[in-house]
Amino acid sequence: MTSTSNRTRHHETQILADPDVPLVRIIREFDAPPEKVFRAHTDADLLVRWLGPRATQMRIDSFDCRTGGSYRYVHTHDGEEYGFHGCFHEVRPNELIVQTFTFEGFPEGVALEKLVLEDLGDGRTRLTATSLVDSFEGRDAFLASGMDVGVNEGYERLDEVLAGN
Amino acid sequence: MAADPLSRVFSALADPTRRDIVARLAVGDATVNELAAPYDVTVQAVSKHLKVLEDAGLVSRSREAQRRPVHLEANVFDLMTKWIERYRRQAEERYRRLDDVLRSLPDRAVPHPPADPPPQEGTSS
Repeated sequence: MTSTSNRTRHHETQILADPDVPLVRIIREFDAPPEKVFRAHTDADLLVRWLGPRATQMRIDSFDCRTGGSYRYVHTHDGEEYGFHGCFHEVRPNELIVQTFTFEGFPEGVALEKLVLEDLGDGRTRLTATSLVDSFEGRDAFLASGMDVGVNEGYERLDEVLAGN
Repeated sequence: MAADPLSRVFSALADPTRRDIVARLAVGDATVNELAAPYDVTVQAVSKHLKVLEDAGLVSRSREAQRRPVHLEANVFDLMTKWIERYRRQAEERYRRLDDVLRSLPDRAVPHPPADPPPQEGTSS
């Protein structure tokens, strides 16, 4: 089991890479009620403000976040375009989003993603995002993708962190 | 196939028995016989798994020692830890931006999520 929880301050993101099933799970708390966190995931205008890596431009071609809907967006980085698309399998307001996710550079690959929002009371929410792929190679490639996709400015800071630990 | 080192590591770790072997070697070096003991497979089968792990650079075997214990190459774990840490880092940066977005949202926002606007065809009364 490989889990990292860095609790330097307030809500640090936790990652869990399951040893038995090819999935990655992200857990994070927010100082906002589930309604707002849900909105930030379903309103395309809000989504572009946070989803893409900082060094990339994000363009949303379509975004119909409801059960049976679909989406496509494009990240542009150094003049290169990276397209992503998928379907919304189940959308339950303020609680749950189940969707598929495909990177168009590898169109036969698909991840099943489940986003669960838990109301913690006092206007706080715990988000649990699980990505399931069909092989450990796929999962590990998924983790390794952080190595080269849009992390330019994050690299230096990260290396400092890694060197410090 | 699987020519580059990263792909070799991926496919070597794709097998549950090999992941288990790696996990056990993380505790300490072990001989092939010791490694084979808990499994319902032959020593030969375990040797095959070790060959794959060795080719991927995950483990090494000393040529000299008579027992030829299998040793886990620790830098591979560093690699995995690095991937995970980078991934976590990216997610954290993303969610800090989400923190900002959430802070900017008015408290009494839309009473229902931004669904499709209901088609207002004809009005009743």
